[in-house]
Amino acid sequence: MMNGVGRGASVSLNDLQKSYGGVTAVAGVTLDIRSGEFLTLLGPSGSGKTTTLTMIAGFETPTDGDIAIDGKSVVAMPPYRRNIGMVFQNYALFPHLTVADNIGFPLKQRGVPKAERTKLVGDALELVQLPGYGARYPRQLSGGQQQRVALARAIVFKPRLLLMDEPLGALDKQLRETLQLEMRRLHADLGITFIYVTHDQEEALTMSDRIAVMNEGLVAQVGRPEDLYDRPDNHFVAAFIGESNFLPAVVRGFEDEVVVAEYNGSLIRAISPSKQRDAGMKVILSTRPERIRFADGAVESPAPQNRLNVTVTEAVFAGERCRYMLRTGDGSSIVLKEPSSAAIRRREVGERVEISWSVADTILV
Amino acid sequence: MSEAVEIPSGTLTVTRPIGVQFSWRKAIPWLLTGPLLLFMLAFYAVPVVAMLLRSVNDPTWTLAHFHALASDTVFFKVFSNTLYTAFTVTIGALLFGYPLALALVRTPRWAPVILIMILLPFWTSVLVRSYAWMVLMGRHGLINEALLALGTIERPFRILNTPLATQIAMIHILLPYMVLPIANALRQIDPSLPRASSGLGATPWGTFRQITLPLSMSGVAAGMLLVFVLALGFYITPAMLGGPREITLSMLIDLQVDQLNWAYAATLSAVLLATTLAIIGVFYRLPGVSNAFRMGAR
Repeated sequence: MMNGVGRGASVSLNDLQKSYGGVTAVAGVTLDIRSGEFLTLLGPSGSGKTTTLTMIAGFETPTDGDIAIDGKSVVAMPPYRRNIGMVFQNYALFPHLTVADNIGFPLKQRGVPKAERTKLVGDALELVQLPGYGARYPRQLSGGQQQRVALARAIVFKPRLLLMDEPLGALDKQLRETLQLEMRRLHADLGITFIYVTHDQEEALTMSDRIAVMNEGLVAQVGRPEDLYDRPDNHFVAAFIGESNFLPAVVRGFEDEVVVAEYNGSLIRAISPSKQRDAGMKVILSTRPERIRFADGAVESPAPQNRLNVTVTEAVFAGERCRYMLRTGDGSSIVLKEPSSAAIRRREVGERVEISWSVADTILV
Repeated sequence: MSEAVEIPSGTLTVTRPIGVQFSWRKAIPWLLTGPLLLFMLAFYAVPVVAMLLRSVNDPTWTLAHFHALASDTVFFKVFSNTLYTAFTVTIGALLFGYPLALALVRTPRWAPVILIMILLPFWTSVLVRSYAWMVLMGRHGLINEALLALGTIERPFRILNTPLATQIAMIHILLPYMVLPIANALRQIDPSLPRASSGLGATPWGTFRQITLPLSMSGVAAGMLLVFVLALGFYITPAMLGGPREITLSMLIDLQVDQLNWAYAATLSAVLLATTLAIIGVFYRLPGVSNAFRMGAR
């Protein structure tokens, strides 16, 4: 592999597995993380994302499979030789050391002389916008400041790979958003590879170059945020990222790339990005609530549309948008989100109405 | 964005109880501890004070007994021997106890076994254990017989009635007081800290030296304090196992009581108590030690 060029390390996970006793935490993860990429492992708790990260760091030994950094297997290498920066969820700052000594810790282990250490620690504190905090102890800092110190400590020795395990989990929403932006900036400045673990899909969508959605110890889908949102491969991804409506249907035919499926007597056209489908196959149609419109009010889109008659069962005004609960002929529920505007007529509960949405927004999962 | 809160105009009246009122809430701690306080006062504080008074009030108010100590070579020899024994026992218990505490915390599989090994003797009377050591260390005891049988030695050597015998037995008896506070301190170290250290490039030894050891120092100090203070007042074990010349302060006190030399015994007791309190005071000044006694608190 030609990986010497980039500042960031490339990481290859090959059928990585981990089980504790009889319990499988990671069931076989295969993933290639490119040099300089911001990759997020996203999944619910227990999906194996943290265990995967822990194995990359070297704190856990895989039961099976391989981890290669820049093409070299590191499975047999102890964590202190891997030269990977890591930020823990609870910061893991050493309480008996000052901020400067915490940040200088990795440098000290590498035998960096004291004068240079002091300079690098100062630079790192500048980078995380905490100049002059070196003499304090971690307990004297707020959660956000502690997180910044942890970050400074993880990058001060210029690792080519930075691992982060839900680093913003313990912070409040506003601070989290500020730090998300800072981490993006840091990633762009440093050019090193970031592997980020979170269960917060919004965080994953806004920060990542690519996201690997994990479920039950496996990667459910890997892709850019917009790919995962617009073209979910499977039911889990469609349900876990954002909100989706699901309708059961049966495949009836094909029109080029488009699959024609029958739902409750109506023909719905959909695209199937992941799998080959055959006629007669039972499938699930998935559509985002904000991609559906009331057919009578909307300007007709030139793109091919699906249509369905529904009854409004619930209408909620939520400020920037209105959220409607609709019932179809067979009793299934559909959620529709519409940007709110004084110019748009609000729908009443019990109203019968036709809805429409693009074929391109209809995914078979 | 900030929200403007409008306060309705009007008078805000805060009512406070006037004067001191009887409050059940405040009385409950006193009621709960009251019986024990009375018991301790009657059967502990009063006798101790009465005993201490003898050192300055026998036959009349005088400091003569303390003055006499200053030129008492026997006292100095005994006092220094007591301090020396307590010191070596503390160091010995630390050297054996720290690895044991580490094993107790780090190997969950073996923790119950280790804990029972520590606590089982702990639940046995000191007298019984001291006799057991006599059986083991005697001239024809198990240790000598075993070494003779193995051919390691040709003649039984003397262990019993030497300072070494006292030290071995006291270390054994006091070990739990060292292990448990250290284990407690080790257990309170966030497991992500050694991980972080390792991830940041510290070798296992580096992690121990720079993270684990400093963070367990409060437990070490607490354990050393407990062992030292308890060792200072040890009586049965040095009396039974120690050499004829290795007299400790508590043995000397006992000797004086036997000879009805109450004032001298009381003076020696006062010195022992003062020494103990002084050591506790010094240890408590060490950073983190007072925390170590707050179990579970971080």
